[in-house]
Amino acid sequence: MHMARVEKLILRARMTSPYEPWDEARGAEIISEHAGLEGATLVILHALQEAFGYVPEPAIPMVAQALNLSRAEVHGVFTFYHDFRKRPAGRHVLKLCRAEACQAAGGDALAARAEARLGIPLGNTTADERVTLEPIYCLGLCATAPSAMLDGRLVGRLDEARIDALVAEAQR
Amino acid sequence: MTMRIFIPRDAGAVAVGADDVALAFEQAAAAAGKPIEIVRTGSRGLYWLEPMVELATPNGRVAFGPVTPGDAPSLLGVMTSDGPHALRLGITDEIAWLKRQTRLTFARCGVVDPRSVDDYRAHGGYRGLERALGLTPDQILVDVTTSGLRGRGGAGFPTGIKWRTVAQASADRKYIVCNADEGDSGTFADRMIMEGDPLVVIEGMTIAGITVGATKGYIYIRSEYPHAVTAMNTAIAAAKQAGFLGSRIGGSAHCFDLEVRVGAGAYVCGEETSLLESLEGRRGIVRAKPPLPAHKGLFGRPSVINNVLSFAAIPFILDNGAKAYADFGMGRSRGTMPIQLAGNIKYGGLFEAAFGVTLGELVDEIGGGTLTGRPVRAVQVGGPLGAYFPRDLFDTPFDYEAFAARDGLIGHGGVVVFDDSVDMAKQARFAMEFCAVESCGKCTPCRIGSTRGVETIGKIINGERVAENLAVIEDLCNTMKFGSLCALGGFTPYPVMSALKHFREDFGPAPATLQAAE
Repeated sequence: MHMARVEKLILRARMTSPYEPWDEARGAEIISEHAGLEGATLVILHALQEAFGYVPEPAIPMVAQALNLSRAEVHGVFTFYHDFRKRPAGRHVLKLCRAEACQAAGGDALAARAEARLGIPLGNTTADERVTLEPIYCLGLCATAPSAMLDGRLVGRLDEARIDALVAEAQR
Repeated sequence: MTMRIFIPRDAGAVAVGADDVALAFEQAAAAAGKPIEIVRTGSRGLYWLEPMVELATPNGRVAFGPVTPGDAPSLLGVMTSDGPHALRLGITDEIAWLKRQTRLTFARCGVVDPRSVDDYRAHGGYRGLERALGLTPDQILVDVTTSGLRGRGGAGFPTGIKWRTVAQASADRKYIVCNADEGDSGTFADRMIMEGDPLVVIEGMTIAGITVGATKGYIYIRSEYPHAVTAMNTAIAAAKQAGFLGSRIGGSAHCFDLEVRVGAGAYVCGEETSLLESLEGRRGIVRAKPPLPAHKGLFGRPSVINNVLSFAAIPFILDNGAKAYADFGMGRSRGTMPIQLAGNIKYGGLFEAAFGVTLGELVDEIGGGTLTGRPVRAVQVGGPLGAYFPRDLFDTPFDYEAFAARDGLIGHGGVVVFDDSVDMAKQARFAMEFCAVESCGKCTPCRIGSTRGVETIGKIINGERVAENLAVIEDLCNTMKFGSLCALGGFTPYPVMSALKHFREDFGPAPATLQAAE
């Protein structure tokens, strides 16, 4: 009974997650695909995250070896940039622009509303791991502010109804 | 007859439903049995009218907007019969907001199919490169220099001098680097041109390559711009296919190749030396200058590093001559500036104009004031590192020197409007917060100063020893301004000090009142 439930959960996770589970051989394949480029570190980290949804820790020494860098150097790059994740995000990622143009257009109140609806502050994932809510500093949609991005889809001219709809969509 | 309908694929238009509108037109046309051809263009930059749909007519394109998917069936009917419609805006080129502009760099944006080299050439594209191929590098440098073009990223350094430095350097290889890390809030011109006319950026970079003797270029685009990344990659592939990138460009002996690299969410990588570090695969830590990137840039080689808009201005200059460009503008600011009107504004969008237009004209006349209808209180010009201007300074003309004379900067040309509900002490603290989060950490004034700034402004907001803490902020801002390695720490004092100077009342009781109270 217990095993069946776990299997069901795993199956559901596979069905809903667009990402592959970490696999060393697959990681090595991705790394070698880009290792020949000039200054390949960011390109490889992006590719790993695109495949697995985050940059798995075992991949760091593999990248270092492939590029003839120290593990510390690769770790340093990985931690410098906001984009790279240590662990997988929630099933949906809702990014709210928190920069000045969106602040001027009422973004502060909408961000507070999203936080209240989801019960988490910006930069966190809900306990059921459905939604990660993050700030983003400028999507370049400053003339149709405030704006947001839900799993890569852009939404501008946000108001209370639109932010509620986005939150509801992310929770599904 | 097949109707040609133009619908933007620009991210700003897509964010307000352009994809759904395109789908609705396809479905409505199929249902009505009317043959249509949908061309996905960039945006014209009139964002309050997006999604704006255009129809090709013998008299020019006719615009409709803002269109929702539900409008598609009725619009199709009107398009067939040329009848009246509530969303009909008339001939696009006659729309006053567009007609008032001087579109040199953005002439094709929103007009052409950004994926088509043929369409680009049909609208004057690649004429600049063709002329450049017949000139010597020295002749090209004379054109770029006498055009008066200055770096559009914000620093305003003369482009011709930068290129000449790289051209004169000798090395086994050189690079052309395009800074498309447009992180400033309120700016979106780089994104728009990359999505709407990417080939003009490619052409500008190619001309730079043949001028200085570089055969490889990189475009560093921020990860927050996935649509621009796709648009640039698609255009690069199209240019290669058409023989405008790769070996023997346009049938000449020149080679030039381009590659897009994607940033990873670090604002500081918009600073050129930090960008170079990032391109090399390292942490985006700012480099001390000298050596200049023109001498030792990407991978230690001489490199031209320019903003998207600087490269995008080059084809016009080569095609029409330096004088045609330099005839526009004022003082030492020649040509046009793609100005971006954003934030709480009624008519927000891209307004390309000759230098010299005043801030008041931009905000009140062209922008139409705030969207909320409340009075305009503050305008931040030039991104998170730009100064806040009060109404009293609305006579400031858009010009590098005029803004500098008033302790501000035009930066990348972003104008963010705030109404009277803004709390300027909060905005000043945000400037410090942003700097603290985004500091690369190399120099102390920026790394530590920004955190102390957040704390101190917090104390002022809480009413703790206001006069003393204001003195601390002023001192701290001076240290950051003169002691930081790059513009992040060096310019963060602009929004802070301008907020303090022009909106003193938001920072608690003034010292005089304080004394009187004691």
